[in-house]
Amino acid sequence: MDLSRISILEKKTTEFSVPKSIACAMSSSLLETIDLAHLPPSMPVYVALYRDVKNAASLRQQLISGNADFEYAFIDASMVLSRAHALSAVFRAVNDSINGRLKSRNVHSEIVFSFSPANNIAESFRKFGIADSTKDLLVIKVSTTPEITHDSVAAHLSQHVEGSVVPFDDDTLSNIADVTKIKKAYKLGALKTPPPTQPNGTHDDGTKQLELSVLGAIALRGAT
Amino acid sequence: MHTTHEYTPPPLPPPFHHHHQTTPANPPTLLTQGAEAHLYKTHYLSAAHPAALKIRPSKPYRHPILDRRLTRQRILQEARCLAKLVREGVSVPALYAVDWEGQTVTDADTGAERYGGAWLLMEWVEGDVVRVVVREWEGYMLRHFGDDRDVDGHVERKREEDRMKDFLRRIGGAVGKLHAAGVIHGDLTTSNLILRGTNLGVKKEGEGDAVDEGRDGLGHVGLEGEVVLIDFGLAGQSVQDEDRAVDLYVLERAFGSTHPRTEGFFAEVLEGYRASYRGSVSVLKRLEEVRMRGRKKSMLG
Repeated sequence: MDLSRISILEKKTTEFSVPKSIACAMSSSLLETIDLAHLPPSMPVYVALYRDVKNAASLRQQLISGNADFEYAFIDASMVLSRAHALSAVFRAVNDSINGRLKSRNVHSEIVFSFSPANNIAESFRKFGIADSTKDLLVIKVSTTPEITHDSVAAHLSQHVEGSVVPFDDDTLSNIADVTKIKKAYKLGALKTPPPTQPNGTHDDGTKQLELSVLGAIALRGAT
Repeated sequence: MHTTHEYTPPPLPPPFHHHHQTTPANPPTLLTQGAEAHLYKTHYLSAAHPAALKIRPSKPYRHPILDRRLTRQRILQEARCLAKLVREGVSVPALYAVDWEGQTVTDADTGAERYGGAWLLMEWVEGDVVRVVVREWEGYMLRHFGDDRDVDGHVERKREEDRMKDFLRRIGGAVGKLHAAGVIHGDLTTSNLILRGTNLGVKKEGEGDAVDEGRDGLGHVGLEGEVVLIDFGLAGQSVQDEDRAVDLYVLERAFGSTHPRTEGFFAEVLEGYRASYRGSVSVLKRLEEVRMRGRKKSMLG
């Protein structure tokens, strides 16, 4: 990765790894810009991960009241296994959006819905969306119009999300993820996965199999 | 998007027609083109996830409604099998994404709208197909021990044959795991099995000397690694002895015609199968019946 192109406020990457040195340099804004393969280059995805969020209830209230300024996918990060898990839901939602197949109001609500293996939208929000008690929050915004830029999203989020920004990487996510809850949501209870107290987030076979099973469930939602 | 190249691969359905400047592996490269599907190499999400893209194009000679229904049914069947087998821990490429609805594509010449076919994105499995591995091994054996296959007592040769037998038992074990999960492959050949991680660097026509990373300094062909089953385009769910036995029979016949010099070792595949799950014994018994009469049970079709 070309370090000279990365400033604290702007980080554009198509790779999965975030160099530790850069991650540490980030302070208030650690909003990542991701170009997902095969999706239109005009639709970059902005992602930020927060821990110890203090105002989840008020953020959720903005969603419920339909405040257009808060059109984000707010995901309870304890339901997210990895980057590939989160980005798979984004890929599915954006692809369905491009093909005019949205089942929910907009691409951002569709991202929350796309995490779900089942067809019930309200249930998908209960399981994967932000709750009043959410402490770890994954925020996703798709640039659906040219006005939505990295700077506009970064500014809006730093103003309204009260929490500490952490890197959106597999190491951090594996510390946040509630594997038992995730397995239950995807009805994968029979899968053997290592106990959550495994030393450092090594991607061993059981975890990998769980992740790949989850990707399959996301891809096949709604297939009859 | 018309260019004046000598050969233009079939147009990719959305979203794969976007060409990112920033992602180096784009656009997807065409690998094979069969009657039912086109296979491309590309990646999913980012270059960190190499992927195989299988496209089932529409068939213009079919009635549009029937075409859509058949294409949808078949791509979904394959996707469901892959997803189920990953959950069951069987070695197959993982399902990344699938679009069974297909897209409406606007014809560049006429402006008419038509059905663009369905697609499936799955994990890319790096390695050589078993057909190549066995063929390379046969070549190695021929070069080192000659054509006299009846000479016994050659320690070196015995060791090579034991390695091959172990490999074949692992193939049988992989098929057994598949059947134990309730899935029938439908087209088991040595081209639909990959030995993960191998890279024999087999020369293709027109290429110079290829690198032989799959061989050690002595030219041994690597036979270690995980056996992965691929191409579930004709797969289905069944736990019937008959269907399982036909899977084995197809593999046996394919093996015999592709690898005549190794055919004598096929019993090792069945041995590996026998040991892999409960219920294998009655399937092997059924296989003897299938051998007597051929693949088709009914005399119809």
